Amino acid sequence: MGKTLAEKILSLKSNTDVRAGDIVISPVDLAFVQDTTGPLTVREFLNNGFEKPANPAKTVLFIDHAAPSPNNQLSTDHITLRDFAEKTGCVLSDAGDGVCHQLVAENIAAPGDVIVGADSHTVTAGGIGAFATGMGSSDVAVAMALGKTWFRVPETIRVVCSGKFQKHVYAKDLILHLIGLIGADGATYKALEFAGETVDNMPIADRLTIANMAVEAGAKVGLFPSDETTRNYLKAQGREDKYQPLTADSDAVYERTVNIDVSELEPTVSKPHTVDNTALAKDLKGTKIQQVAIGTCTNGRIEDFEIAASILKGKKRHPATRLLITPASRTILKQMIKKGYAETLLDAGAMILPPGCGSCLGLHQGVLGDNEACLSTANRNFKGRMGNPNSFIYLASPATAAATAITGQITDPREVL
Amino acid sequence: MKGKAFKFGDNISTDHIVPGRLAHLRSNLPELAKHVLEDADPTFAARVKEGDFVVGGNNFGLGSSREHAPLVIKMAGVSAVLAKSVARIFFRNAINRGLPVLICDTDKINDGDELEVDLKEGTIIDITNGNRLTFNKIPAAMLSILDEGGLMPYIKKNGDFKM
Repeated sequence: MGKTLAEKILSLKSNTDVRAGDIVISPVDLAFVQDTTGPLTVREFLNNGFEKPANPAKTVLFIDHAAPSPNNQLSTDHITLRDFAEKTGCVLSDAGDGVCHQLVAENIAAPGDVIVGADSHTVTAGGIGAFATGMGSSDVAVAMALGKTWFRVPETIRVVCSGKFQKHVYAKDLILHLIGLIGADGATYKALEFAGETVDNMPIADRLTIANMAVEAGAKVGLFPSDETTRNYLKAQGREDKYQPLTADSDAVYERTVNIDVSELEPTVSKPHTVDNTALAKDLKGTKIQQVAIGTCTNGRIEDFEIAASILKGKKRHPATRLLITPASRTILKQMIKKGYAETLLDAGAMILPPGCGSCLGLHQGVLGDNEACLSTANRNFKGRMGNPNSFIYLASPATAAATAITGQITDPREVL
Repeated sequence: MKGKAFKFGDNISTDHIVPGRLAHLRSNLPELAKHVLEDADPTFAARVKEGDFVVGGNNFGLGSSREHAPLVIKMAGVSAVLAKSVARIFFRNAINRGLPVLICDTDKINDGDELEVDLKEGTIIDITNGNRLTFNKIPAAMLSILDEGGLMPYIKKNGDFKM
């Protein structure tokens, strides 16, 4: 009997033959933390008598959530991470480098890797065929110390995507639609595995967007096959040697299959306060938006700013709507400048924030006021997520976000083009 | 274990439990714990007593990987979280912190009910309305961690994963 991608990766990595439901002890290729989970990880590590990570070069501390720090307490947390990196020789990615998940994709993750991060959106690297999942500080501290962790091998839901996207409909609309369809707990404890002709032709940026939100359906991982597109992505980064092809076996056993014809999708929006509370953008016309945020680990890549710039070119943001742009990495910010997107967005009235998590999690850089609504390209719209429980968050694609910034109300991008 | 039920609805996220806006308190746990579940019920922290239960609906603890969420619930004195279903990372984090998570039909429990939980027997008795509930067995791998009081004591004792 064949294997799903999850079964295949965990079998290869652990050098055992494992199936859904089995418990596996697996080496980890990368263990990482970020600045809101890392200080607790460091304390757990040191307080329990560990001195050095098993693989310092495969242990990374990212400062991205509060970058640069908005207050003295978080600044002190940053010192904790910098000191630990210096003492143990593990890798530090400091404020301004970008969001951990983007940097992992750009520089580290490879197909077949097992990656654990103290951040739920660690699933992002599934877009390049890595078994990547979020864990808490203690789990990551132990993975750092021992160089391994335990998993229950997940059952898999296969998502088969066919057809071509209509103009101005994107991967983000697909993943929001899927979560609306199966629910915010529709894949709890399970792997989501993406396949089909649409996936075969899908660029890595889109795969990362989709994998990033697998956790919003409760999934342990969101996995894509590793194919020629993956090879070309790694090649462009000078890491072609890390490439290996990976596909699920044709006789793999799935818990169920969900079929989506993407040509039927329309611009989709998640309404407050859960990601599965989806609607079509055109049906939310008239919903006033005081802040539009484009960026984050979900949609802060150069392809996303290209889309936003193409819609905002020669236009102005609505005077009652603030427009925040947060590139997911320094590399992306430099590309934005080089390609002229930064100028286009600034001319449209945008603010460009430093590479990092920006306003997404309510620490700083765009905290919402009472009764304000934000339309964001991020991945989460929980009550209070952007720093104020008396505010409202809508999630959508960069195209819908750019169109909304122009009109000041939720707008189907097909209406402004 | 005996205590009072504090009932919450479906989809109680880690942002309800410890919102991101309080990230600056994450290295000051006693202060952070004063805000436990603040965005779901601002009165909870002041009312909860040692031994009480947090009773959720579906998908309790969805969202972030922040281990501070089960940690502050435990610091508040809560002896177990009961829910119809629980998000994956929260479940693992709670067990890693020695906080039992019991999956059962929480529709049969009302806010304020007195509960008695027998972890070994797998039963929950609602003393207030007389209902007797059972909860799903905690998976063996997680039980081996919970029995040691959490992941760090487990690793200290075994030096490795013994599953």
